[in-house]
Amino acid sequence: MNIEQQDFYTQAILSLAALVGLTSFLMLGQGRLLRLIFVFALQGLLLTLTTALAAYSLNNHHLYISAVLTLVLKVIFIPWMLRREVIQMNTHRDIEALHNKTVVMLGGASLMVFSYYVLHPVVQTTSPVMLNALAVSLSVVLLGMLLMISHRQAVAHVVGFMSIENGLFFAAIVATKGMPMVVELGVAFDVLVAAVLFGIFFFHIRTSIDSLDVDLLNRLHEVDK
Amino acid sequence: MIAVYLVLLIPFVGIIFFALAGHKADTGKLNVRFNAICLLATIWLAINVLNQGTILSSSKAFLIDPFNVYLIVLTAFVGLTTSIFSSPYMAHEKELGKLTDKRLKLYYSMYQGFMLAMYLVLTTNNMGVMWVAMEGATLATVMLVSLYRTPESIEAAWKYFILCGVGIAQALFGTILLYYAAVQIGDGENALLWSVLYENAEQLNPEVLEIAFVFMLIGYGTKIGLVPLHNWLPDAHSEGPTPMSAVLSGLLLNDALYAVVRNKMLVDGASHSNMAGYLMMGFGLMSFLVAAFFLHRQKDIKRLFSYSSIEHMGIMTFAFGIGGPLATFAALLHMTVHSLTKSAIFVTVGHAAQVAGTQSMDKIRGLIKTQPRIGWGLLIGTIAIAGFPPFGVFTSEFLVLLATMHSYPWLTPLLLLGIGIAFAGLFRHIQPMVYGDKPEGQLPVKANLWPVMIHLGLVLWLGLAIPGFLANWFSQATLLISGSTPL
Repeated sequence: MNIEQQDFYTQAILSLAALVGLTSFLMLGQGRLLRLIFVFALQGLLLTLTTALAAYSLNNHHLYISAVLTLVLKVIFIPWMLRREVIQMNTHRDIEALHNKTVVMLGGASLMVFSYYVLHPVVQTTSPVMLNALAVSLSVVLLGMLLMISHRQAVAHVVGFMSIENGLFFAAIVATKGMPMVVELGVAFDVLVAAVLFGIFFFHIRTSIDSLDVDLLNRLHEVDK
Repeated sequence: MIAVYLVLLIPFVGIIFFALAGHKADTGKLNVRFNAICLLATIWLAINVLNQGTILSSSKAFLIDPFNVYLIVLTAFVGLTTSIFSSPYMAHEKELGKLTDKRLKLYYSMYQGFMLAMYLVLTTNNMGVMWVAMEGATLATVMLVSLYRTPESIEAAWKYFILCGVGIAQALFGTILLYYAAVQIGDGENALLWSVLYENAEQLNPEVLEIAFVFMLIGYGTKIGLVPLHNWLPDAHSEGPTPMSAVLSGLLLNDALYAVVRNKMLVDGASHSNMAGYLMMGFGLMSFLVAAFFLHRQKDIKRLFSYSSIEHMGIMTFAFGIGGPLATFAALLHMTVHSLTKSAIFVTVGHAAQVAGTQSMDKIRGLIKTQPRIGWGLLIGTIAIAGFPPFGVFTSEFLVLLATMHSYPWLTPLLLLGIGIAFAGLFRHIQPMVYGDKPEGQLPVKANLWPVMIHLGLVLWLGLAIPGFLANWFSQATLLISGSTPL
């Protein structure tokens, strides 16, 4: 695949895919919560751009709606909520010491390779562009999980969770030009409710353990010690 | 067709009504009424399907076929009986000062919300909407798990939220891949409709579908509680209010399995390797065995029975994985009897915990002497769930064993071993709790045990003789899923 031979839309989508993947890696290595949230908002913005671009070039009106939804939810509302939480908890100056940063980053890189490997059978049915887009989305999903594993702050978990959603959205837009409208609205509704519930949970966790460090949530065991 | 809309409309009205009306003395009874009307609507729907066969709504948004209609009725039935139990139970919890009016308002509103999500999962014809509803069920119940606001319950709810949320995100990726395969052969807006997908399953790209199925199985499998994705389940069951444990075990797990089976039908249609079946068999068997061993190590009575749920979901997943008509029939029967038995058990467990004032099994003693109905209810429920004849669980497990011997004889010893270990694990804990002398000062509580008796009576009936119309129904569903009938 020679990128210069592709049309403008494909080139743009590929660059955006690369940038979305990059933001995932940036989040993975980020110990400061406020910066983490900022990069997350950036990823949301890239997603909005992708959606708007797809809507424009495919002349698909309902994608504009999902672009607006993404902008409102992922770029404005959720980052705003998380930021407020971090500042209220006075954790914005803390730097979370990430264990084995190198290993985590290498793990992230191998997850990306793994995504390409998993989705390789798809390549026979479509263009290599699609393979790239799908593989990047899958790796954003997997990197989101890795982010949740490697960070201990509840806020970082929410960022990981939402960035998994970002990866899924990216796949839906690039590979299938968006899902049917009813599904897309439903997913957006679920994300919104989830975000609100996370806000309520922060409050509950704070009142119960006086911190948002999820390592302190350790009362329940698989079997009795 | 109106029946479908009614089934969805009633809980929807319920959510809004309970959220606005606030909690009063008779809210529990009103909740029972909402569920009772809904059960009537589902029975009406079932009669329609029985007379006309599969119904597809004119907008193609809803599909009711023999497979989901019996689950819809089961959902409404368990929803009703659990609400009958929950009314005095929650009133008692309020008297103990564990709950406030505001939280009870949330509880009743979200009870209806959960029911709505369950009905939507079952009735929808759109695989995307099915995902949305499944996630909706998590969102509706997550605040209920943390209803008591203890640090443990908040931890359990957080775990439930994160694990199920991330898990189910995998299923969305699977759905996107499914859609991706579907748009290549059909039009966009209708491409995710199950009826369209099923008709054209042979043209779908098998490779894409197989990858999609892996994601679906992991995603919905988190909700089924398949090992090793089961961590949230015992926590959520043990820390949430008991009626919630009853509906989670009896309904949510079934519906998640339903979603997996729907997807398996598509994959089987597209690819002729039995990859989906093998995956389900592997995960099912592993969940079954691991949960059976874990039963022995439990201290908390609700955790004990949540592991038992994992074990039984494992058997069902395994049986659907084997896939022949006999195994599918057995799995459908097992879904029914397990829901009925397990929700009955959770009802008695809830009362037993209120009698003893604790969920710790070391401290629950002498139930039969304190309140014979609760003690016997728990004992008989456990006998039923452990798979003793003449209860229905025996019949379905026996059929699963037969199917295994027929198709994969070398797996039979593993199944038998698991059933034996699970039996021992349950009885070593239950026996001292129900027999023996009661501790000083242990008093009976106000309890409504009709739901338990009705459920266990039905399970007994299903074990002795499956009524003709039900057997016919199961075999129609089996025909749909496996392509031939066992009868």
